[in-house]
Amino acid sequence: MLTIKDLKVSINEKEIISGLSLEIKAGEVHAIMGPNGTGKSTLAWAIAGNEMYNVTGGSITYNGRNLLEMPPEERACDGIFLGFQYPVEIPGVSMANFMRTAINEQRKYRGLDPISSQEFLSRMEENRKLLGIDSKLANRSVNEGFSGGEKKKSEIFQMAMIEPTLAILDETDSGLDIDALKVVANGVNKLRSGKNAIIVITHYQRLLEYIIPDVVHVLYKGRIVKTGGRELALELEQKGYEWLKN
Amino acid sequence: MDDLSLKYHLKDKLIALFEKHRDDLFRNDTSLISSLRERAFERFKVLGFPHTKLEQWRQTDLTGTLSHDYEQHFRPSVPPAGGLKYFECEVPDFDTILVSVLNGWFISPDNKPLTRLPDGTVIGSLAQAMLEYPRIVEEHWGNDDHSRATGLDALNTAFAQDGVFIYVPDDAVIPNTIQMVNMINLDRKLFIQNRNLIILGKNSHLTLVQCDDSLNHEVNFTNTVTEVFLGENSSFDHYKLQNINDHSTILNTTHFHLNDGSRMNTNAIILNGGLIRNDVYVNIKGEGCDANVYGLYLVDKDQHVDNQIYVDHVSPHSKSYQLFKGILDDQAKAVFNGHILVHRGAQKTNAYQSNKNILLTDKATVNAKPWLEIYADDVKCSHGAAVGQLDPNALFYIRSRGLSEENARMLLMYAFAAEVINKITIEALKITIDDLVKKRLRGELSVCDQCVLNCRNKENTVSFKIDMSKI
Repeated sequence: MLTIKDLKVSINEKEIISGLSLEIKAGEVHAIMGPNGTGKSTLAWAIAGNEMYNVTGGSITYNGRNLLEMPPEERACDGIFLGFQYPVEIPGVSMANFMRTAINEQRKYRGLDPISSQEFLSRMEENRKLLGIDSKLANRSVNEGFSGGEKKKSEIFQMAMIEPTLAILDETDSGLDIDALKVVANGVNKLRSGKNAIIVITHYQRLLEYIIPDVVHVLYKGRIVKTGGRELALELEQKGYEWLKN
Repeated sequence: MDDLSLKYHLKDKLIALFEKHRDDLFRNDTSLISSLRERAFERFKVLGFPHTKLEQWRQTDLTGTLSHDYEQHFRPSVPPAGGLKYFECEVPDFDTILVSVLNGWFISPDNKPLTRLPDGTVIGSLAQAMLEYPRIVEEHWGNDDHSRATGLDALNTAFAQDGVFIYVPDDAVIPNTIQMVNMINLDRKLFIQNRNLIILGKNSHLTLVQCDDSLNHEVNFTNTVTEVFLGENSSFDHYKLQNINDHSTILNTTHFHLNDGSRMNTNAIILNGGLIRNDVYVNIKGEGCDANVYGLYLVDKDQHVDNQIYVDHVSPHSKSYQLFKGILDDQAKAVFNGHILVHRGAQKTNAYQSNKNILLTDKATVNAKPWLEIYADDVKCSHGAAVGQLDPNALFYIRSRGLSEENARMLLMYAFAAEVINKITIEALKITIDDLVKKRLRGELSVCDQCVLNCRNKENTVSFKIDMSKI
């Protein structure tokens, strides 16, 4: 589904990702771990298409298409979803309106008619309950005045509404208490199927107890320095990252 | 003739007109109003039109406006053959009492210059009110000692013959909204000087929607003065919609006078206009008052909008809040001057002010000047002004959900404007204004938008170069 080859990304002429390669197949969950400042979020931004990040080398291929030639909205319409580490507040735009517009834009891209009101509302309701979100959410402005935990739930809610093919969750677990973490993991697991893939970016093994990864990568200084199964996450939890730095 | 007199040719013309039309001008006056007129005329002769050497007019140059050859009418316009149909409001579920003003003159559907409601409220023509309620008019008209009054104020006092008069007696609560539609429609260049007088008795309530529209495509120049008196514990909700053609100028001066415990909201939604300037004076002379002054302006091309807000806290324990937001495209220009003056005795005052702008091009400009003058030591005051572009992080966030860059920009602009729109408490009006703002941002609104004349000579529609047809 996603093939990254020798990717190099810089921001303000400072190289953050220095030759990263990664292969993700449909049905897989990959966890990307690593200390702060090693380029985990930069990788997420680069896949989602943030223009502030400058791809200076390598390639990203998604379902056979050159992702780097596509603007972010086209990547989204093609099924890529980024759950932000710091979701943006959009005062004045209700979540219902935002989601309906997003879903319909994506449907239009795929040549589908707009979603019916009934289907949209029942999907809202279902996902709202799944994530234990207050019923007032639909009319509240996107993320406005949300607590850290609510914002993260809102990201997973949006993911559940949009039903992406490839979801990248950038530190969705940070700022969540254990109950919220379980709820969020539950939402993510619901998306898992043989057709979808998920990239989970996290510092901690804790989230991976609930979202069981197929592959774990350790990112350090813009490169993947180790790849393993879920036991690698446990090993990191015990030993820290120091032993990998050499 | 030197440059200056050329520039202010209109001043000399007006001075000559005043002398020539004395009989018409003074015909409804009481003796007090006549003497005020004379005094104001003398003051105008000295002050003339404001010019850019005056501090409060540095950013707004009237030279272009004053260079036209206007007509000023001393008799009412004849109402159009089709009756008052085009004054009718298209807002659904919005039950209003319609007050129509054509080219500055009050017009009524049934030739009733004054309407009296069962609770004693009087609504109608100011000229007629001078005849029937001279004492009430004089008592409030006489209030011309505005220390910062400009030549425009004086000019209006000298020339204004008609406008809208609303008197709400003590304890009366007008359940319906009064909608005042100021329409300009004549294929001449008109100079309109009308005056409105609104008086709220103790414990009374009034909601007024004031629409400034132009139906013609001519160069018009409107100089309006509105006086609003709020009795003890009264409340006044005021909405002002300004949508005039690109060639026209509106100079609107509004004086609010607040007595103990009174509360006011005024919200100016500026959608289109060549040059629009609103001078709002809020004189909080009572204790325990609450004054909110809001505004939203969406301007493009060579449009110019100037909001000058002066809030005077004379007495203690009152609150005031100013919130103005603007979106500017092309080479449009906006000016905001928000003055908060807290007098020595006005302890426990809470006064806040915020002006935020989004500039869509390098050529659009904003001059924002917050100005706090505080002579009391136990007050809470703050101000903030911001000028910026659309937030790139927010743009990316929205695009990452599948919306195009254009739609993302549109959504953010709308969201920016919504803070002011959400202050509208009448749901039906809020929905309509919301729609007008969206249309404006999409470039679908012209001054012809609600016009039934269907002339072919449509304005070029304005455009923010963004298509939000999917939102």
